[in-house]
Amino acid sequence: MIRLSPFNVVSLTLGFAFLYIPMVILVIYSFNASKLVTVWAGFSTQWYGELLRNEAFLDAAWVTLRVAIVSSTIATVLGTMAAYTLVRGGKFFGRTLFSGMVYAPLVMPEVITGLSLLLLFIGIGLDRGILTIVLAHTTFSMCFVSVVVSSRLVTFDRSLEEAALDLGASPFEAFRFVTLPIIAPAVISGWLLAFTLSLDDLVIASFTSGPSATTLPMKIWSSVRLGVSPEINALSTILIGLVTIGVISASLATKRATLRQKLDAQVAARPT
Amino acid sequence: MVNDTSFAPWDDPQERPLIRFQNVTKRFGDFVAIDDLTLDIYQREFFALLGPSGCGKTTMMRMLAGFEEPTDGMIELAGEDIAHVPPNKRAVNMMFQSYALFPHLSVWDNVAFGLRRESRDKDAIAERVEQMLKLTRLEKFAGRKPHQISGGQRQRVALARSLAKAPKLLLLDEPLGALDAKLRQATQFELMDIQEKTGTTFVIVTHDQEEAMTVASRVAVMDEGRVMQVATPEQIYEAPNSTYVADFIGDVNLIEGRAKPNGGGAYHINWAEGQAPFEAKSDMVLSEGQRCHLALRPEKVGIQPNKPEEVNAVQGKVLDIAYLGNLSTYHVELSTGQVIKAQTANTNRLSRRDFMWDDPVWVSWSASAGVLLSQ
Repeated sequence: MIRLSPFNVVSLTLGFAFLYIPMVILVIYSFNASKLVTVWAGFSTQWYGELLRNEAFLDAAWVTLRVAIVSSTIATVLGTMAAYTLVRGGKFFGRTLFSGMVYAPLVMPEVITGLSLLLLFIGIGLDRGILTIVLAHTTFSMCFVSVVVSSRLVTFDRSLEEAALDLGASPFEAFRFVTLPIIAPAVISGWLLAFTLSLDDLVIASFTSGPSATTLPMKIWSSVRLGVSPEINALSTILIGLVTIGVISASLATKRATLRQKLDAQVAARPT
Repeated sequence: MVNDTSFAPWDDPQERPLIRFQNVTKRFGDFVAIDDLTLDIYQREFFALLGPSGCGKTTMMRMLAGFEEPTDGMIELAGEDIAHVPPNKRAVNMMFQSYALFPHLSVWDNVAFGLRRESRDKDAIAERVEQMLKLTRLEKFAGRKPHQISGGQRQRVALARSLAKAPKLLLLDEPLGALDAKLRQATQFELMDIQEKTGTTFVIVTHDQEEAMTVASRVAVMDEGRVMQVATPEQIYEAPNSTYVADFIGDVNLIEGRAKPNGGGAYHINWAEGQAPFEAKSDMVLSEGQRCHLALRPEKVGIQPNKPEEVNAVQGKVLDIAYLGNLSTYHVELSTGQVIKAQTANTNRLSRRDFMWDDPVWVSWSASAGVLLSQ
């Protein structure tokens, strides 16, 4: 082990304090017995129970989950198709323009995306609700998926697809049985990215939702304006917990896969 | 198979070729990759396309596989024009240079991939896969993934996979390029063996002339999108039709001169001012004073300390000696400044060398040792 210099210790502490102190405070106060957020009155889990009985929050959570799952799935399908065409389609007319345009929503201010979608939905007379939020989320997360998948496709060995065609697979079968399984990790991380983006989007959802559908971030935002309640702290703690579990298990899975590959390579090198 | 004199369908006018390139041209923009090429390949042949990189051999192969379409001309496979048939609809399979094994599938599933595309009969597929694995001695590795086996095994999986559908034609793109020298040699013989066992027509693309000579029944030497010569390895080596082919295959002395017909296919070659002409025999008709090259393989040139009785003999001094273990090549500089290479087999172990640097020596060869080339 390397001994850290005092300077390193200080910068490390400061950095992590900056990142995590707000969250730690939030987690601690979620176990506060007092109804006042700023006064500590002993340990309690009552707000978690309270949360489970709060219909409005549960509804919002359910809406958010449905929106996130549906929109990220559609975005993954569309984004993968777009990436495949842009990377593999050869030099069709306007390809450079299209590739550039896919990235545009990444840099577009959310307010503008939300506003333009709102105008569109009003223009075509679509009632705002879950459907419009799903459409809006699909729109902006699709380009994230497309970026992730196309960066994988660029490094994909073209001769694998040619080999599949050569062995009698139709172009669709070549994609389904060879390309897709190999780029699956990129597609999955694209889906996860779209899912998280949809989960924590507030701005675009606010523009495109109607009275019938409120997402969790919207609900939190609106209730915080009436004052922070310990319930919100409990809810946020649950969300932090879920994200932490997700990140840790994803990195563990990657680590195990690399380890496995290393072992396989050693087996292959051994003379048989 | 190279010595099998009975197998020569290209000499039989009754025989119909399996593959016919007819006036095929392929252009990529302004670049002409294949230039009005006509070529026949026969059933059961092991045909080699040989040439330096960029000569168009890979383009030829990709047109046979269906990944490129010719700009002009016809490609026939068993009498059918396949020039514009997509790759998944032709009875041609290819073994890729990178092997292109599917990394997410086991060896077994890789071999079964093509069979599953055309049939749902599980037992028939299993039987065929087992047969292919046995042919390539891979039974033990059926369950492994491509990254769990060695390079030589991967090469055999690629071969088994491309042979599984029993194609009319198998294309091999630099199939042994990724193997080390020892393994490559063993694999060459294995390839020939499998080719004979299955009776499949093989077309191999390679830049390695030794590999082409070893495995092929006929070799096409290519340069800049054209076929320079198509012939058996022996003919290519002993009777090249141009200085390009003579120079590309093996080592050669090229002596430029002017021909003087001497009757009965014999010629005098005037090769330098004030030097006695060389004598050479040729079936080719050359006119008086025509410019030509005499191509001489180094192993057909003798080297002696004293003037020999041979018809062609010139004096020079040893410039360089290349010791190759089994052979020694002497570079002999003539008084005209030209260098002639002469090769001798080192048949005696640790014998004293007869010649050292700067020794005066005589190089000599018979009238039929060299080939006269007009182009």
